Amino acid sequence: MRMPEPNNGVLSRRTEIVSDLRRILPAECVIAEEEELRAYECDGLTAYRQLPLIVVLPETTEQVSDVLQYCYGEGIKIVPRGAGTSLSGGALPLADGITLGLGKFNRILEVDYKNRCVRAQTGVTNLAITNAVNGEGFYYAPDPSSQIACSIGGNVAENSGGVHCLKYGLTTNNLLGIEMVLMDGEIVRLGGKYLDAGGYDLMGIVTGSEGLLGVITEVTVRILRSPSTARAILIGFPSSQSAGTCVADIIGAGIIPAGMEMMDQPAIHAAEAFVKVGYPLEADALLIVELDGPSVEVDELILRVEAIARKNGAQSIRISESENERNDFWAGRKAAFPAVGRISPDYYCMDGTIPRNRLSEVLDRMSDFSEDFGLRVANVFHAGDGNLHPLILYDANSPGELEKAEQFGAEILKLCVEVGGVLTGEHGVGVEKRDLMGEMFTEVDLNQQQRVKCAFDPTQQLNPGKVFPTLHRCAELGRVHIHSQQTRFPDLPRF
Amino acid sequence: MTEQLNPITARDTCEIIADAITSEKTLEIMGAGSRRSIGRPMETDHILSTSALNGISLYEPDELVLRAGPGTTMTHLQSELAQNGQMLAFEPPDYGPLLGAPLNLGTLGGVVAGNLAGPRRIKVGAARDHFLGVEAVSGRGEIFRSGGRVVKNVTGYDLCKLMAGSWGTLGVMTDITVKVMPAPEKTRTLLVNCPNLSVALSVMTAALSSPHDVSAAAWLPQSIVSKSAVSYVASSGAALAALRLEGISRSVEERCRSLREDLASFGDLEELHSHNSLNFWREVRDVRAFIDFGDRDALWKISVAPAEAQALLNKLHAVADMDAFLDWGGGLIWAQVSGMDDGGSSIIRRTMGAEGGHATLIRGSIKQRALEPVFHPELPAVARLTERIKDAFDPKRILNPGRMFEGV
Ligand SMILES: Cc1cc2nc3c(=O)[nH]c(=O)nc-3n(C[C@H](O)[C@H](O)[C@H](O)COP(=O)(O)OP(=O)(O)OC[C@H]3O[C@@H](n4cnc5c(N)ncnc54)[C@H](O)[C@@H]3O)c2cc1C
Repeated sequence: MRMPEPNNGVLSRRTEIVSDLRRILPAECVIAEEEELRAYECDGLTAYRQLPLIVVLPETTEQVSDVLQYCYGEGIKIVPRGAGTSLSGGALPLADGITLGLGKFNRILEVDYKNRCVRAQTGVTNLAITNAVNGEGFYYAPDPSSQIACSIGGNVAENSGGVHCLKYGLTTNNLLGIEMVLMDGEIVRLGGKYLDAGGYDLMGIVTGSEGLLGVITEVTVRILRSPSTARAILIGFPSSQSAGTCVADIIGAGIIPAGMEMMDQPAIHAAEAFVKVGYPLEADALLIVELDGPSVEVDELILRVEAIARKNGAQSIRISESENERNDFWAGRKAAFPAVGRISPDYYCMDGTIPRNRLSEVLDRMSDFSEDFGLRVANVFHAGDGNLHPLILYDANSPGELEKAEQFGAEILKLCVEVGGVLTGEHGVGVEKRDLMGEMFTEVDLNQQQRVKCAFDPTQQLNPGKVFPTLHRCAELGRVHIHSQQTRFPDLPRF
Repeated sequence: MTEQLNPITARDTCEIIADAITSEKTLEIMGAGSRRSIGRPMETDHILSTSALNGISLYEPDELVLRAGPGTTMTHLQSELAQNGQMLAFEPPDYGPLLGAPLNLGTLGGVVAGNLAGPRRIKVGAARDHFLGVEAVSGRGEIFRSGGRVVKNVTGYDLCKLMAGSWGTLGVMTDITVKVMPAPEKTRTLLVNCPNLSVALSVMTAALSSPHDVSAAAWLPQSIVSKSAVSYVASSGAALAALRLEGISRSVEERCRSLREDLASFGDLEELHSHNSLNFWREVRDVRAFIDFGDRDALWKISVAPAEAQALLNKLHAVADMDAFLDWGGGLIWAQVSGMDDGGSSIIRRTMGAEGGHATLIRGSIKQRALEPVFHPELPAVARLTERIKDAFDPKRILNPGRMFEGV
């Protein structure tokens, strides 16, 4: 992976920088020993590794500000890091950069039921927020599968989703406020306990910005009352086509399920072998549809979904009659990644989104690719919103297989864009999809995004080498170029 | 002389802006003009109207997606959606009559550019939350795209978020893709007699903290209740908290019954059924209570933490001649202030501070809009970012210059 050229000046001053940082921060907050740095050499995308120059673990917003101000003055790059579960290499260190870990920001600051929100430090895990309020019957809706580990600040940086985002939205739809520190050390608060921004929606642009705009230190999120009932229905189909039509018909009938997940046959088999909950092995596609709300509503909608499933040729239908059974239905889906991990030495998880009605075409083309590359693929799919997670099976110890898996993955993502979808639905661009950005965006589009980057971080010291395939200098991007057109529109008035 | 330009394609739009850059002219960006009077007064050289950039170019009900030109009228769009039992879930308001313009004039571009939302904001979000993709021309004269047509998308920065709520100061949107949702089968409203604001806030908080999936919560004092065109409401003669339940019939009935039980101790309860319910919430959404407007009146839209609404209102009532009602469970205050030269700007801003929420002067005299900050003043650090974002999109200050903030 091509990363920005390390700055030799910074590399050679390492000892000096370490002692400067130990003056700014409590000594134990600065990590410089190689064995200890090892723990930070990659995030959830383990194919890419790099030892950071230094790791700092500040404890307060003021300390973050002091570190950034120092690095700003010294021209040192910063890589923010939450829990390090990113699947796109967003927290991949830089050889000449300081990894700024937010693990010590682990306190929930305020639970405010009157305003139905929670204020938490950035390193608090996603699940800890729900755990802090579920005693009172509330929860935090976005639920990435990594929720026991990933940090709420990381969720904001990636605009993470989960299986329930079809009905309840992504991080951006559940976020009320943030505190963040800009690269020059300035502390900025955006939003609060109220709705919508008065001026530009700066919080909206920071959400999903992958650590390139500022270091988030505090987050205020909305909490919701937990639904009184949830039931799931497990439906086996003879083909992914009929499962796909069933999904479209459910939505066409005006039903927005709390979750709607699909698995293809390889994924069904891997999951069933792992958790043994009775998934239908003869099915070519499996659909899990969850309905939540008051029990009268859930019961009625389950019947409606069942009828739609039958009309679409469902081979098998099971409706959960207890919480245990509902959890069983989900157990296989939730364990899909580790289950696939058991049938292959390594797997590579992709994350494109497609318009749902192109699903069977995309799956067909994917099995062609699978043959071409000689690698197996298993698919789990957030069917409600078109977010695909193909898992490409490979063996890193077999020479050339990783490269083949990456090429295969790139072909899948290009296909997603070709059919009207996007490169990444929830895992982010990071380093992984950086060089594919040109598939989706023109130079003009990317330059406009980079100008936003320049508005927050004009010296481009925050997480460089991520998201954008080419780094332009901010001064260069600032110039206005008039593009004179060849074909004038003669009927338009001129000034 | 001010000319009005009506581009019909993104290319046209691009050329107009390129010309404006070279000839150093400024442009007012306008849809149908129904919300033209919101913002600081501007004097621009020309007007660019998006009204000819209209029409629905993609609508797939099963995919819950619609793409249309910014000049597409909301009336047209909503009637297409209604034919498929769908809606824009954020309940775009029609401020026409409130701002002295006719009903049904507004365009999709205007709704998105103002990041508007109705009573359902608390449940489903505002325009920004339903805005999937955009094509726009920046003040640099370049056509850029962001987002797409799918809900799950984190590819690159979400420039849609910046376009929503930027009131035409960052770019001219030429194509807009939004998420659409199924419309509810049934709507019912529970009215709770609440003369006292603190009881009303408790009622709304209890309802919104219940598992009954309340999709709107408002409080209207008696002065506003009596103006309602829904006779059932007007004749109640007392201040009311209103709670809306929507969804499939059986569920709405069941939840309404449970909610009545939960709230019985708070006061007398009444129900509004379908037709009255729809009309009532339309009045709340469009702020019909304040369409009568005197020379010395100013109308504020104030977004606060719900639990802080009461303290703010008490302070304002103490010093100003004011009428107000609450939406968003207390998180939105609509306040009409009378007889103050500054329209109440300084007292509102002083009480709220820079971080307690935001107050926008939705309707005021030209003088008030010129002298008082129409949009909530930002702290220096945020104001600097705002200015740099403007530089990123419109460095020559061509598009709606100064509409939101001086120099932006
Ligand atoms: C098994 C597994 C399942 C997953 N399932 C899902 C899923 O269902 N849905 C989903 O959306 N994602 C999923 N993910 C991806 C990942 O968990 C999310 O992207 C998560 O939000 C990352 O949070 P983190 O704290 O680990 O961030 P990190 O990995 O530490 O960082 C991610 C990015 O955010 C930046 N960042 C982190 N913290 C901050 C901060 N405080 N300020 C500024 N920038 C910051 C980093 O620089 C980096 O670019 C999964 C990952 C794994 C390993």
